[in-house]
Amino acid sequence: MAINWFKYAAPTNFYGLAGKLIPWFAGFSLVLFAAGMYIGFFVAPADAQQGEFYRIIFIHVPTSILSMVLYMVMAGYAALGLIFNTRLSAMMASAIAPTGALFAFISLWTGALWGKPMWGAWWVWDARLTSELILLFLYLGFISLHASIDDPRRADRASALLAIVGSVNVPIIYFSVKWWNTLHQGSTIKFSGTSMHVAMQQAMFTMLAALWLYALAVVLARVRSIILERERHTHWAQEVAA
Amino acid sequence: MIWASWNDFWAMGGYGLYVWGSYSVVALVLLLEVRAAGQRQRRAIAQVHEHKEDTDI
Repeated sequence: MAINWFKYAAPTNFYGLAGKLIPWFAGFSLVLFAAGMYIGFFVAPADAQQGEFYRIIFIHVPTSILSMVLYMVMAGYAALGLIFNTRLSAMMASAIAPTGALFAFISLWTGALWGKPMWGAWWVWDARLTSELILLFLYLGFISLHASIDDPRRADRASALLAIVGSVNVPIIYFSVKWWNTLHQGSTIKFSGTSMHVAMQQAMFTMLAALWLYALAVVLARVRSIILERERHTHWAQEVAA
Repeated sequence: MIWASWNDFWAMGGYGLYVWGSYSVVALVLLLEVRAAGQRQRRAIAQVHEHKEDTDI
C-alpha cells in the first residue's frame, strides 16, 4: 500500500490527525503519571544517602531531559521550515516553545528545592544550572522574538535562526557535568548501566514516558490553534469552526 | 506499604516542604498550561467566526 507521507505536511490535513491523536496521548499520559507517582512514592524505598527528599528526582530528571529534547525537536522543525519553507514545521516549532519553556522552568524550580537540602543553597552559578537557565532564556527569547514580528512568515524565519543558533547550548548542558567541575551530580543513568534501585528507575522512566506523552498532547493541541489562527481567512477554517 | 502512617508520608522525613513544593508547582503549571491551551483553541475558533462575519457583509 502506498502511503502519501506528505499528506500530513499540509496544516489542514494535520489538524484532523492531531485532533484524533490528542485524547490517546493525554489518556496514556494520565495512566502512566498515576503509575509513576505510585511507584515513586509507595514502592521505591528511601535513598541511603538522601533519605526522602531524593523523590524530587522523579519529576526533576524527566522534565530536565524533556526540556533539552524539546529544544532539539523545536530547533529541528525550525531548521526544516527555514530550509524547505514548509509552513507546518514553523508552526510546530512555535507550538513546542511554551511547553519547552515550562519544562525548563520546572527543572530549575525542582532543582532549587532539591539543591537546598542537598547542598544548602537554592542556587549556585554552576555550569549545569547556568546552562539550563540559558535554555529557559532561549525558549523565552524564541517566543518573544516570534511575538514581536507582525508578519508570521518573517517571524518564523527570524525565530528559526535564533532556535538553530541556540541549539549549541543543549550539548553544553548535557556534558557540563563532565567538562567542568560542578556541584551538580553526574548522570545517574549511564549507557554502561546504573547504580539506581530498580523501583526508582521504574518510577523515573514511567514519569518520563508520562511527561513525554503529555508534551505530545499539549503541543498538538497548541499547533491546532496555531493552524486555525493562521488559516482563519480560508474556506477550510470556516468549515472546521462551523 | 513503606510509610508508617499518612502523617509520615506527608512529612517526607522532615523534607515535606521541598518534596511537595516541587510536585505542587509542577501540578499547578501543567494544569494552567492545559487550561491555556483550551482557551487558545476557543479563541482561535472565535477568530474564525469573526472573520466570517466580516466577509459576509
